[in-house]
Amino acid sequence: MGLEDLFKKVKDRFNDDKAEAAPKAEAVQKTETAVKIETSNKSDTGGVKIPDNLLFKCPRCQVTSYMENFEKDRKVCSNCNYHARLTWKERLELTADKDSFNEFDAEMQSQNPINYPDYADKLQKLQKTCDMREAVITGECTIRGYKTVIGIMDSNFMMASMGSVVGEKITRAFEYAAERKMPVILFTASGGARMQEGIISLMQMAKTSGAIAKFSEAGQLYITVMTDPTTGGVTASFASLGDIIIAEPKVLIGFAGRRVIQDTIKQKLPDEFQSAEFLQENGFVDIICERKKMRSCLSRLLKMHNYVKIVE
Amino acid sequence: MKLTATERLTLIRNKHRPTVNNYIPLIFNRFIELHGDRHYGDDAAIMGGIATFYSMPVTVLAQVKGRDIEENKRSNFAMPHPEGYRKALRLAKQAEKFGRPVVCLVDTPGAFCGIEAEERGQGEAIARNLMEFMTLKTPIISIILGEGGSGGALALAVCDELAVLENALYSVISPRGFASILWKDPTREKEAAELMKITAEDLIGFGVAEKIIPEPAGGAHNDCQLMADNISEYLFEAVKRLCAVDSETLLRKRYEKFRKIGMFTE
Repeated sequence: MGLEDLFKKVKDRFNDDKAEAAPKAEAVQKTETAVKIETSNKSDTGGVKIPDNLLFKCPRCQVTSYMENFEKDRKVCSNCNYHARLTWKERLELTADKDSFNEFDAEMQSQNPINYPDYADKLQKLQKTCDMREAVITGECTIRGYKTVIGIMDSNFMMASMGSVVGEKITRAFEYAAERKMPVILFTASGGARMQEGIISLMQMAKTSGAIAKFSEAGQLYITVMTDPTTGGVTASFASLGDIIIAEPKVLIGFAGRRVIQDTIKQKLPDEFQSAEFLQENGFVDIICERKKMRSCLSRLLKMHNYVKIVE
Repeated sequence: MKLTATERLTLIRNKHRPTVNNYIPLIFNRFIELHGDRHYGDDAAIMGGIATFYSMPVTVLAQVKGRDIEENKRSNFAMPHPEGYRKALRLAKQAEKFGRPVVCLVDTPGAFCGIEAEERGQGEAIARNLMEFMTLKTPIISIILGEGGSGGALALAVCDELAVLENALYSVISPRGFASILWKDPTREKEAAELMKITAEDLIGFGVAEKIIPEPAGGAHNDCQLMADNISEYLFEAVKRLCAVDSETLLRKRYEKFRKIGMFTE
């Protein structure tokens, strides 16, 4: 096969990907009016009340767009391509085949190892508002027919920090997959270790990393998808240990917090510092993949590792 | 009489508290330092090498607190960069190859937080150590000498047995950081230290540590020789015991040690 043919083939594949993405929602109107409405929300809208959820202001580029369009675009900023945070349900819906998800350890919840004041109350409230027991949901599903173990961290739940439950659920997910010769895909997002659980939370870093070592010995594939924000003890454990590391565009990835570094070095950090692109440039991310192409990227990788399609 | 966490915090910050530079010549007969991670450079915050311990070769990995400002400048106040952790991993793998036990001496406020550390993958370096140490086919003994600060300490503390000096502390974040993040008030450091359950006794209670090494009255700095003797005595017994275990059993037990830590209901 000549080089020309090869190029054509690659190009066709690429176009297939594009075709599969949902029709792009109409261009988001990031007009000055929209910004004005938002900034004048409180006082001078002539008595017209603007609902809070009408507009989305991108935390990366600060440009405002209509929430409706932003949501149609799978919560991707149409100006700078920042891939905003999703709830676990949104992520699951965008990733797994319909009705294919079977959850593991749904009832597991944390105790209070250092008797941190109000910890139990805080957890209880979050369980209601986030409709989950803890910061990660694990289970098995199919992605375009390929069966996989999946984990989704939700930053709405105490910044998806890792305590006993996150550590245990992720460990069990790897043990389950190793036994059944299945791949694991984890969508990571986290502020780091759950400080309210003291040293127990630090130990979850070792526990999950150990589980991955064993899983790896079983010869199975582990794909990390780093989403906004992946930081601290999660970056310093299972998030960085994928055989293949994918990141969504523009998301924050790092070990130390931006503020901590700024305080240490006493100077302002450039905007792109600790972005997915920064990490890739430095050699720590394999693929930066847009949300609309994630399903095809994941299923293709599963296929290339000889996993068999179980549903057509 | 047992000291409070706050009292211990003061004690381990005492500038006369012995460091690995004091202990290594007192515990080991001969120490040959080995430098560099073979990728980027040599990090003086983690010192590594081969030593003789009662005529047995061991690999020593030690976080270096300085005894004065000059030493501290060189070793970055024992806050390692990624290349420090990668050097530690290289030497641990070397120990595995030659069947030497690994002794980690932990004493760090935490991994360094800075631009270069991020650029060179601080998170990845720590993560890799956690994973690789879990399946390293040779005994690993870690001893917390003073400060065991967060992931920066854990990267040298995935081990078969963790011993803690009587007044040493081991925590998910420094008490100051804890107060600063959770209460937005770093001055509540002492309150945080008491709440966080970070003393040697707490660590035993959680199953995080296996052994407390007693300190001389008033703390290690009052009698460095006695402190070194106590460490040697523990180490002699632990090395002998762990070297007698076949590697399959050793790894299974190491995995189980961490596997069972966690407090949850279902």
